Amino acid sequence: MRLPPREAAINIRGLRKAFSGQPVYSGFDLDVRRGDILAIFGPNGCGKSTLINMAAGLLARDGGEILYDGREVGEVRIGYVFQNYREALFPWRRAADNVRYPLRLQGLPRAAAEARLEALAAMFRVRFDLNRYPYELSGGQQQLVSIMRALAVEPEVLFLDEPFSALDFETTLSLRALLQQVLKELRVTTILVSHDLEESIVLADRLLMLTRRPTTVAADVPVPLPWPRGTEVLSHPDFVAIKARCLSVFEQAVAA
Amino acid sequence: MRAAVAPALGALGFVLFWQVAVWLRVADPVLLPAPAEAFRDTWQAFAGGTLAHDTWRTVQRTALSFAIATAIGVPLGVALGAQERLYRGVEFVVDFFRSTPASALFPLFLILFGPGEGTKVAVAAFGAALVILFNAAYGVINARRTRVLAARVMGASSARILRDVLVWEAMPQILVGMRAGVSLALVIVVVAEMFIGSTDGLGHRVINAQMLFESGLMYGAIFVAGALGYGLNLLFLMAEKRFVHWAGR
Ligand SMILES: Nc1ncnc2c1ncn2[C@@H]1O[C@H](COP(=O)(O)OP(=O)(O)OP(=O)(O)O)[C@@H](O)[C@H]1O
Ligand SMILES: [Mg+2]
Repeated sequence: MRLPPREAAINIRGLRKAFSGQPVYSGFDLDVRRGDILAIFGPNGCGKSTLINMAAGLLARDGGEILYDGREVGEVRIGYVFQNYREALFPWRRAADNVRYPLRLQGLPRAAAEARLEALAAMFRVRFDLNRYPYELSGGQQQLVSIMRALAVEPEVLFLDEPFSALDFETTLSLRALLQQVLKELRVTTILVSHDLEESIVLADRLLMLTRRPTTVAADVPVPLPWPRGTEVLSHPDFVAIKARCLSVFEQAVAA
Repeated sequence: MRAAVAPALGALGFVLFWQVAVWLRVADPVLLPAPAEAFRDTWQAFAGGTLAHDTWRTVQRTALSFAIATAIGVPLGVALGAQERLYRGVEFVVDFFRSTPASALFPLFLILFGPGEGTKVAVAAFGAALVILFNAAYGVINARRTRVLAARVMGASSARILRDVLVWEAMPQILVGMRAGVSLALVIVVVAEMFIGSTDGLGHRVINAQMLFESGLMYGAIFVAGALGYGLNLLFLMAEKRFVHWAGR
């Protein structure tokens, strides 16, 4: 899928990466449309985290380019939500101070930072006390704080690496509902790595299924379901059809 | 309240054991006085001001060497830990001197600092600084990678990451190092007071009382030194709990 430059938020061309001689990516291309939520689904070790870490500028690439509307990652505001919120939040700062931290880094005036914090808390309908330390919060609340921290600077691109995998089903459902609402409201371009096929379809405008190493695209599936998507979407005929298609791709290409 | 019962019983048992040993005449009464007698001698020495002065001097020397060790060990350890390759280079030297008994360094330091106060404080500071440095460096090296990445992706510079993440990540380990360092400083100061021309300090008092057969006072000085070490350890444990409330959670 080639996109005209103005529409694309991310252009990845000829991406190469190997670990100790073993290639993960050898000439990988991807374009992500502005405002889209792209879900990436693939087997363990196929390089999903590697891809978004390179895109977020956390990992050096061996070759190829990753451009954001023509700019390098250093010139772009990035949000990143890690899988393990316990190891990603700063436990020596209160939850609110964790969210304020990126704003402080940006040199935002105090009043503006407070306004932003309040806006985020309202957007995510936070009902717990943000003046607690992360370890005093539940797992779902901690991951919510991580998401607020990532969105604090109004990122142009948001990366989420299996953000719900450590949470129970109920928490996942409510956090998912909040997240899709906020992302669609803010129109943030998002790449979501997920191990859950159903979740990938529900949350995404487009689903990328990857193969085992060396990693290629097994299927690139648009998900034109209407927003917002509640639990009722799970029985929507289009959803069922997309899921069936993905499962057959998975059985052929990924599991083979 | 209940937490204090078991230690109190233990201490009581120890004193009883001592008293029984005196009754059974396990040792010459000149060498092993009754607990009450040792306590009385100690109390008199305290009231007379000499033992209190010795304790104060030992505390002063320990505090001074600990302060020097912290001022050098923490920043240097953090800086070395942040440059892991550099730390690997000096690791052997740090480990070597950390494993060298500090008492073996007295002659060397005597040459460098002369037979006065300088040597006592310098050897203690040297020993404690290595322990503190080593712990601080390891604290930084073992910082959670994810937190560093999180700060970087938010746009923090290396200097900010050092200040906002690495130092905090290392804080529990730094405090462990400081606790070990203050204990070591006390040990070295007391030994130095025994053997390096001293006129005061708990170490001096212990060896002086032994030579004058004032065994009640000798035991007293030993127990004061023990109480000091125990108290310092407890103080640092409490500080750790309060200050690094997030550790292990
Ligand atoms: N620092 C590294 N050194 C060596 N090999 C690495 C390193 N990081 C990742 N790999 C390898 O690269 C491959 C891709 O890793 P990556 O973490 O991107 O997989 P993933 O798709 O995110 O897997 P998972 O679903 O388990 O999170 C794996 O086979 C992994 O072993
Ligand atoms: Mg991964």
